[in-house]
Amino acid sequence: MKAMSRLHQFANPMRFARLSQAILPWAIGLTVVLMAVGLYWGLVVSPVDYQQGDTVRIMYVHVPAAWMAMFTYVFMAAASAAGLIWRHPLADIAAKSAAPIGAGFTFLALVTGALWGQPMWGTWWVWDGRLTSVLILFFLYLGYMALWQAYDEPAKASRAAAILALVGVVNVPIIHYSVEWWNTLHQPASVLKIGGPSIDPSMLWPLLIMALAFNAYFVVVLLWRMRSEILARRIHIVLMQRAAS
Amino acid sequence: MSGFFEMGGYEAYVWSSYAMAAIVLVGLVVVSLRSLRAREAQLKALEEDQKGDAS
Repeated sequence: MKAMSRLHQFANPMRFARLSQAILPWAIGLTVVLMAVGLYWGLVVSPVDYQQGDTVRIMYVHVPAAWMAMFTYVFMAAASAAGLIWRHPLADIAAKSAAPIGAGFTFLALVTGALWGQPMWGTWWVWDGRLTSVLILFFLYLGYMALWQAYDEPAKASRAAAILALVGVVNVPIIHYSVEWWNTLHQPASVLKIGGPSIDPSMLWPLLIMALAFNAYFVVVLLWRMRSEILARRIHIVLMQRAAS
Repeated sequence: MSGFFEMGGYEAYVWSSYAMAAIVLVGLVVVSLRSLRAREAQLKALEEDQKGDAS
């Protein structure tokens, strides 16, 4: 029985290695092409905004970063839930590997937001619902990563971190609806809303392409980090066996 | 082309945003790949060590 469960643990990472090997070249190619097209379209082809001038181009990094910050968190929480319920080792590895990428996206959304806020709102920062809830998202990522570091045993760490990820998921709808619930300088949604996007196609297209580029980038870095994490666990097992013998 | 770099007078904000994006995204790639390569090398060394012990 014990041998079977050990076999199960190894079989899945092996299948994952083959699958990730097949996906990676396509995901890398897609990231490079979409990023190049999106940057050219957003920085050169797309028009200036009649109110915001060229600062509107900050949108092409700010909005994809903010979307991916939330998407990555939901991914991490879903993987954590799968890890808690089915004890699938790859689920924990996926959640752990996604966290630094999500923290990076969130940091980027905050910084580019400040760089957009200063010229357009006259301030780098306001303590309103949207900005504060995104800052909390950033701290949730950092807390999640710190919990993994706090335990020596992966089994204990994954449990504690997964519970934090699941509790924190309540913050995601708060971020989305914050601009409707509370008075804010931040504009409401103009793409993901009832009645369809209210943004001109000349700006919507480069925005969507950049969002896809960020998504492909996420897949690439996630697969690299997952492979690295699987190797770390294998190294750990080899070292333990060696210490025992 | 000078207009492109000036960004209508907002060049400091626009280019800082894109520079930050480049630093974060490229930085994550570098850190992730470096740890992957280091662990690949470490595991390979350990396995070769084990083979040496067995024979």
